[in-house]
Amino acid sequence: MTLLSASAVSVSLGGKQVLREVTFSVGSGEFVGLIGPNGAGKSTLLRSVLGLLPSDGMLQLDGQDIASMNARARAGKVAYLAQEREIAWAVPVETVVALGRSPHRPGFAPLGDTDRGIIDEAMRRMDVEAFRDRIATELSGGEKARVLAARALAQDTPLLLADEPTAGLDPSHQIALMRLFGDLAREGKSVVASLHDLGLAARWCSRLILLDHGRIVADGSPENVLTRESLRSVYGVEAFFGEADGARIVHPLDLADRGRALP
Amino acid sequence: MTGNSSYRVLIAVLAAATLVLFVLSLTVGPAGIAFGDSIAALFSSKADAVALIMREIRLPRALLGLMIGATLGLSGAVLQGYLRNPLAEPGLLGISSMASLGAVLAIYTGLSAAFALALPLAALAGAVLAVVVVQAMAGTRGNSLLIILAGIAVTSFAGAMTSLALNLSPNPFAALEIMFWMLGSLTDRSMTHVWLAGPFMILGWAMLGSLGRSLDALTLGSETAASMGVELRRVQFLAVFGTAACVGAATAVSGAIGFVGLVVPHILRPLVGSKPSRLLLASALGGACVVLAADILVRLIAPERDLKLGVLTAIVGAPFFLWLVFRARRRLT
Repeated sequence: MTLLSASAVSVSLGGKQVLREVTFSVGSGEFVGLIGPNGAGKSTLLRSVLGLLPSDGMLQLDGQDIASMNARARAGKVAYLAQEREIAWAVPVETVVALGRSPHRPGFAPLGDTDRGIIDEAMRRMDVEAFRDRIATELSGGEKARVLAARALAQDTPLLLADEPTAGLDPSHQIALMRLFGDLAREGKSVVASLHDLGLAARWCSRLILLDHGRIVADGSPENVLTRESLRSVYGVEAFFGEADGARIVHPLDLADRGRALP
Repeated sequence: MTGNSSYRVLIAVLAAATLVLFVLSLTVGPAGIAFGDSIAALFSSKADAVALIMREIRLPRALLGLMIGATLGLSGAVLQGYLRNPLAEPGLLGISSMASLGAVLAIYTGLSAAFALALPLAALAGAVLAVVVVQAMAGTRGNSLLIILAGIAVTSFAGAMTSLALNLSPNPFAALEIMFWMLGSLTDRSMTHVWLAGPFMILGWAMLGSLGRSLDALTLGSETAASMGVELRRVQFLAVFGTAACVGAATAVSGAIGFVGLVVPHILRPLVGSKPSRLLLASALGGACVVLAADILVRLIAPERDLKLGVLTAIVGAPFFLWLVFRARRRLT
């Protein structure tokens, strides 16, 4: 079933065209890695799916035109984990995570038992239960990132968009987060995450979309997208390709123009 | 949850303090009426001097203190939450200074002498003009930095025009009247002022009070808030126009009373666990307490000198703010 479909989406920011006629669709149960160099348009693509940017072309969520949905209806279908880890006030961790339930609560209704269950589950999955009563602004960058990820999980939507969710996390929490996204996909939800770590992208995503200069240059399984040629032409790097435990390893080694060709 | 019960206690304490200060405000004054007599006179059907003083002088003064204090506290809390900036205050959007300019022009042109309501009406017109300019300059996409910049520009312009009016004022008495009005006071206000400001304030409170949930979501930034179902345009509209309605009305009847909208949310924020939605009611009650208390002090400290309320809040508020900065510095370093 198609959850998100984009056809010929173009976005201009400040007179510069950032996305050019991007067409793709995401079905349920997919974990899509959105990769590409800085400025390729990854964040812009995620933000236009949220209806935060004016865009040309057609964007549909669950068969509905995104532009015609109100913010609340959209919030019931798609959650967003922003790249900036902004927490303006010194509120407890649990309060931050509980914010994820706000689109599901009518008017001034307090949190119900179902909400509490979902909040606890989200905190457990992001391993932040231990500091639920600590002040969120006093946490380290990585801890804050996990709290905000738990907030997005608590929104409990069919689609999760995450903008560089692994940045600033230690290796174990990076892997835990990628595993979690994989689990969500197996539960029938979908995740689209922009990533810079090609190793993580190759190993954990079920599908990769490679963006360059606002266009999709490759879309498919990690094996088909992450090739020697694509890394050279899009990122300008040479990489090591290998395999361990039945999964692919991609590790960038050197810049393409000065690196020697590997055997 | 312990947070819930301590919040209820805080609200109860603030509400009790507001009530006590309101009653005190009714019973303190140069006429020296005994406590029991003054309260009895308020509810009696007699039309003697005491009843007249109570109904025509003290009651409007106490009511305005309550309403203006609540307005300043609430709008300060909303603007700090909306702009995610602890330095935001009701004066930031240029609404108070444009309202002042409207009032100053009414005094300058002699319109206020010709008919009594000209002054507050001109001040309200100034507030409306300010909000239209700020909204037009900032656009509808909800960029808080643009709102701050537009507010600063409008404030400077209003300040310049006020200076010009003072500069060109026809006689020293007009200049003095302008200066005194701008200092902010609740002296000699009537029930007419209450009826004039009331509807605007209630409208403003309703608009600002509906923002709690959205302000909580905005803690995580405007884009994340939008992804959680917050309509940014609606929030901007309610925050800007709600502030204009109640702060414009407050400035129109009392002049500019500084520091309350800045300091009160600051003091109360840690006591409500920093949650923006909880700060709204607490800050409204806190603002009412501060303005009522200051207005009582003004009458006690120098009853014969007509000490201005705005002067007192600034004299007490500024050192207090310095202390807050000092405390923040100690925590940061």
